[in-house]
Amino acid sequence: MLKTKSNKQWPPTCSAALLHQRAALYQTIRDFFAQRGVLEVDTPVLSAAASCDVNLDSFSTQLASNGLNQQALYLQTSPEFAMKRLIASGSGCIYQIAKSFRQAESGRFHNPEFTLLEWYRMGFSLADLMQEMLELLNLAFNQNLASITVSYETLFKHMTGINPHKTSLNELTAYATEQGNPEAKLICGDSLSNTLDYVFSQYIQTKLKKEVLYFVTDYPACMAMLAKLSDSQPVTAKRFEVYYNNLELANGYEELSDSTVQKQRFQQELAEREKQGATKVPMDENLVAALEYGLPECAGVALGLDRLLMLTSNAHSIDEVLSFPIDRA
Amino acid sequence: MATYSTNDFKGGLKIMMDNDPCSIVENEFVRPGKGPAFSRVKYRNLKTGRVIDRTFKSGETVEAADVMETEMSYLYNDGDFWHFMDDETFEQVSGDAIAVGDAAKWLKEQDKCIITLWNGSPLSVAAPNFVELTITDTDPGLKGDTSGGGGKPATLETGAVVRVPLFVQIGEVIKVDTRTGEYSARVKS
Repeated sequence: MLKTKSNKQWPPTCSAALLHQRAALYQTIRDFFAQRGVLEVDTPVLSAAASCDVNLDSFSTQLASNGLNQQALYLQTSPEFAMKRLIASGSGCIYQIAKSFRQAESGRFHNPEFTLLEWYRMGFSLADLMQEMLELLNLAFNQNLASITVSYETLFKHMTGINPHKTSLNELTAYATEQGNPEAKLICGDSLSNTLDYVFSQYIQTKLKKEVLYFVTDYPACMAMLAKLSDSQPVTAKRFEVYYNNLELANGYEELSDSTVQKQRFQQELAEREKQGATKVPMDENLVAALEYGLPECAGVALGLDRLLMLTSNAHSIDEVLSFPIDRA
Repeated sequence: MATYSTNDFKGGLKIMMDNDPCSIVENEFVRPGKGPAFSRVKYRNLKTGRVIDRTFKSGETVEAADVMETEMSYLYNDGDFWHFMDDETFEQVSGDAIAVGDAAKWLKEQDKCIITLWNGSPLSVAAPNFVELTITDTDPGLKGDTSGGGGKPATLETGAVVRVPLFVQIGEVIKVDTRTGEYSARVKS
């Protein structure tokens, strides 16, 4: 007689209570935005274009076809591009609870498939958006959170003594070496923004005060991603990140609306991919075209809902808030 | 030569670092802001016992360490080396004082130990959690004193010295917890 191995992979890794907590969180979010007249939208997770960011690796698949030319499709790394196309078309303020996918991101705080809440507000400044984020998080945590808004420069200087706007690759790698991480050079290559990110995550993020919500603002221009740049000196990116209990929760921008600059940034990223031998991917020409048509002044932010659930339920690992993490998918 | 990528890293994995065998204690995947992914790793050097923190580029590979743990019986000590035997294969190995370490003072012939082997040679020896040893010397103490406060030192057949209650006498067999080096119970013969 054949004996089958008992399969222990079938049940969910989260408790029944967490299923309820997730449902309650989604309800809170939907009520919050309904009251504010922000429209819930649904955009496809599959796209003909991918994120060009060299540090993001998209899942890819093929559209079945009888012809010889199969079309490559990519799972979104976030719903940003599609949502901006809606905004350019005149949707107004929108939000989405969206599945997002990133290759090779697995660990205590990462699952290759995860859930983002992303929203865009027309005419909002970063300060307006941060205030709205705080109000939403107060509801999610069911308490008034202590919060600090601090510039990247102030925080960086305070924790490391280095001015992030004036520093060099050499100074940052020397600092990492001094802190016991000479391998930083290998990990970050000759990219200043990579090295800033490494130093921030190793020696700053890990030392932030617990149970305080941090809004870190005004990033160095080289870390602008899809954010506008300031007119002031030093030039900074109109970008913020949110941290709570040393965990990165959200990333927001005053959105870049200049199609020419956007195309330049994509091309720079594609050049960097080629230099590093990363997979070639098509840039999102539809997004560039939408920006050419015209993107209203707006600010937008993406918030990791799985991590938010980890924080509100004191979970040690992301598996505790997911029904089926990747090894049970 | 077998290698592991950072994607394989998990607690207990044995890797070679700076030419020494090491065991991963903790591995955390990090993807800072929008920067490059890396692994924040804590590992123990199995020779020195030191725990080291380091980061690895995501996807970086390291050589696997040929380290295995196996149960063996302690045979004898020839003055320089302690000899052990695998009860199933009858294969014998010998380890020096550095490898045997603290376990030396608890080992009695025929005791079963967990030996960590690196390339076939003992790297470390763990004595059984509990050993039963005969007391060879201890102060007779006052008859009738059962107050037990503090106890008294007793020398065991292996040379180890432990504190025992006052009522325990020379020639008796006691059970010792080797993890704490403390008296645990009298063994009735």
